[in-house]
Parts: sequence; structure tokens; C-alpha cells
Amino acid sequence: MVMNLNVFKYYFREAGASLLRNSWLSIASIGTIIISLLILGSSILLILNVRYIASTVESSLEITVFLEDSLEQDRRERMEEEIYFIPGVTTVHFVSRAQALDELRTSFGERADILSGLEEDNPLPDSFRVKTKEAETVPAAAQQLAELSGVEQVRYGQGVVEKLLALTHWVRIWGSITMGVLGFAAIFLIATTIRMSVFSRRREIGIMKMLGATNFFVRMPFMLEGMFLGLGGGLVAALMINFGYLSLLSKVIVTLPFIQLISDPTSLYQVLGGLLGLGFAIGALGSAISLHRFLRV
Amino acid sequence: MIQLYNVSKIYDNGVKALNDVTLHIRKGEFIFLVGPSGAGKSTLTKLICREELPSRGQVVINGRSLARMRKRDVPYLRRKIGMVFQDFRLITNKTVFENVAFALEITGASNKDIKRAVPAVLRMVGLEKKAKMLPAQLSGGEQQRTCVARAIVNNPVLILADEPTGNLDPETSWDLMKLFMDINRRGTTIVMSTHAWDIVDSMKKRVVALGDGVITRDEESGAYGYES
Repeated sequence: MVMNLNVFKYYFREAGASLLRNSWLSIASIGTIIISLLILGSSILLILNVRYIASTVESSLEITVFLEDSLEQDRRERMEEEIYFIPGVTTVHFVSRAQALDELRTSFGERADILSGLEEDNPLPDSFRVKTKEAETVPAAAQQLAELSGVEQVRYGQGVVEKLLALTHWVRIWGSITMGVLGFAAIFLIATTIRMSVFSRRREIGIMKMLGATNFFVRMPFMLEGMFLGLGGGLVAALMINFGYLSLLSKVIVTLPFIQLISDPTSLYQVLGGLLGLGFAIGALGSAISLHRFLRV
Repeated sequence: MIQLYNVSKIYDNGVKALNDVTLHIRKGEFIFLVGPSGAGKSTLTKLICREELPSRGQVVINGRSLARMRKRDVPYLRRKIGMVFQDFRLITNKTVFENVAFALEITGASNKDIKRAVPAVLRMVGLEKKAKMLPAQLSGGEQQRTCVARAIVNNPVLILADEPTGNLDPETSWDLMKLFMDINRRGTTIVMSTHAWDIVDSMKKRVVALGDGVITRDEESGAYGYES
């Protein structure tokens, strides 16, 4: 079939006219796409961030043993050996109170000035950082560490990382379910919109077929209509996620500086591009289903 | 040009529309299909433009069997057949010009071709002054002429007209018939089903009469006939 600008103009004009004609249904289907893609987008970002935080915290295998302030040097050295004998322990690393303060300052970055003045009267204790081979051995090892003399307190992730990862598990399940249900609703709504368009133009379709229009020619405006709906919904969802996430990011940097969220634009754009693509796919699928069922040309 | 060999058509609901019809239509002929409603005239028309396939027998157009034609080639067959209906079938929100241009648009014709071809056919049917009007603003005869303009703009080899004068008054009907004769003189085959006995009788063209799905009469320079 010869393709030219004229035919393309025709496709776009007809698709646009149809969108306006069924404007309420168009809005409903775009809205459904937006909501389902918003849920998908925020779930993905949440999961990615939790994973990222988990990897930066990296403490699922680490136990911090805070020492009593008055501890003598040789007791500390003996203690290091005793720790090595605890089953599952792989490394023991001594962190002095001064080192601990330095690390804290580094993690605060630009806002380290909060900590100024602490050098003279450092409130942080000396500590050991103990690593175990497997996360499962952490609680038992921590128990034994706490029983050593000279130990003030033992801290490990206290399940924080596990809780975070468990959270991503549920986010993934419920996110997938809601996304799936809403995705189906979106496809169904688009299919209905297209069906209405086909129905309101069935007389014209009959004339087109009588005049010798190809199936492709008859279907294309309806296909485009669905694609527009999908792309429109995808675009709005992507923009909302983009601005929402950026403003969240700027708030988190100010109020919770120790939490590091994913901030590189590439991963964000990948998510946004995915949403746009998925919106398009939903639109195309919805109209394809409808044309297959209601426009057998 | 068109051959029907032992064609029968039984619809899914069991209605026997045509029964063992054999008919040959030569290029350039002008044929009236006559007969009472339900005799099979519309079915015959639908078989020729492949809106329906025969239950038995063969329909051959320009040497091609329609039963063996691939579905995606059907549109190209239809572009060679201009159709005119009793109810005009114009697109109501398009102007006369746009309605005629539409037949070209769907073939992927360029704007240049459209601007050249459409005014020419509108002139031929005498509607050049009404090009910008909508179908609702036209008389029945003008609407039918728009329909004819649309049917001929693609230079079809055949015009299938299904009771084209059914909604027109006698005078307008004659204008339309003059137009058809013009088109026919340029070499286009015309197959017209009709109940207008006065037109059939005075034009002295080939008449094929159908009754109960069979051809009851096929005469050159025939008359409508009153036996059916």
C-alpha cells in the first residue's frame, strides 16, 4: 500500500476526532492507566530504593559491640581473641571512638557542621565491628557477645534490613496484584472506548469497505486512538512520578540526610521510560482486542 | 468480464437466495436486473463485489475466481467496482467534495491527484457548484449524483447500482439514467437492479429477470415484463 502524508493526516485526524467524540470514556481510560502506572512506578521506585538502602547499610552481617569506657588495653586485646572463637564470626575490627566520630562526620557530608564541638567531648564509645559468615548466625553470635565482660551493649541490624527486605516482598506482591487488576481495567476500558468509536462509526466503516478500503486503513485510526490514550496516560503518570520523586528526594536530603535514596537520573529515566512504554502497550493491546472482537473487516 | 457458473447461495439462516444461476456479462454492457423483492437481485450484486461468497458454483471477474481470491485482495477488487445505492450511503459530515475525495483517499491517492480528479467528476455529474455543501443540504437527485461521482472517481470497470432510482422522482430518475448512459458509453459496464419498469422498457437494454433465485428471462433489448 502506498503511504503518504495525506493518509497519515487522515489517520491522525480521525483518531483525534474519535477521542473528542467519546471524551468521557477517553478520560476514564486515561485516568485508569494513570493510576495503575502510578502504582507500578512508585512500587518499582520503592523496591529499588529499599534494595539500595539495604546494600548501603550492608549491616545485615555486621554486629557492633560497644565497649565500656573504662576498659583497659589488654582486656580489649583478649576480648578480640574471645570474639574470634564465637561460632560463625569471620572478622573482628576495632573502631576507636575518634574513628567512629570521623565516620559519622563523613556520612553527614555537607551537614557535618552539626557535629562540630564534639571533638573535645566525644560521646561515642570504642567498639568492635564483628562480621559473621551468614546472616542467620547473627542473633546467636550477638547473644554470646553480650555475655562477654567489658561489653556495654551489642547492636546489630535488629532486623531492620530483614524488615526492609520483607517490606519489599509485600510491596512487590501487592503492587503486582493492584497493578495487574488496574492494568486489566485499563485495557478493558480502552477496549470499551474503541468499541464505542467503532460502533458510532459503523456506517462509515461500511462505506469505507464498500469503497475498497484495506483492513489496515479501516483499523488504523482506531488503533491510533488506543495508542494515544495509552501514551497520554503513560506520559501523565511518568511526569507525576518524576516530579513527585524529585520533590521527595529534595525533602529527604534535607530532613533525613543519613538515608540515601537513588538519585542518579538514568535509573529514574529508565523507570519513567518503562511507564511510558507500558502505557503505550496497554493502549495498543486494548484497541487490538477491541478491533479483533468488534471490527472483523 | 463477469461470469457466474451454476451459482447457488444459501444463507446461514437457511434462506435460499440463488439457485444454480449461470450468467455472463460482457465488458461494456448495460444490464437491468429485474424481479420482485426477494428474487435474489441483491444477493447477485453482493456476490459480484464479494460481500458474500457463493455456497456452490463460481463467480469469475476478469478471469479471477472470487472464491479463490485472498481476503486482502478484496479491497483492490472493490476499487474497480463503483457502487450506487438506493439510500446513497454518503458520509453525512463530509461535504460533496470530501465524500468524493474519500474514495481516492482510501486508495492512498495524493492531494494533487485528488484536486485534479474530484472537480472533473463533479463537473461530469453537474455538481461543481455544490462541492462545498453537505449531503443534508442537497436534493435526493443531487445526493445520488454525488454517490455516482464517488463511484466513478476511481475509474471503475463496473458500476453496480442497487435500485438507484428508488428514492428519486421520475424526472430526477431520468437525469440519473442519462448520466449512467454517459458513463456506459465511455466503456464502463453497468449492472443495475431496479423496479422502475418505465425506465427498463424505454431504454431497450439487456434485461435479466430473477424469480425465486433463478433466472426466468434473459433478453437483449428487453422489457421489464409483467408476468412476475
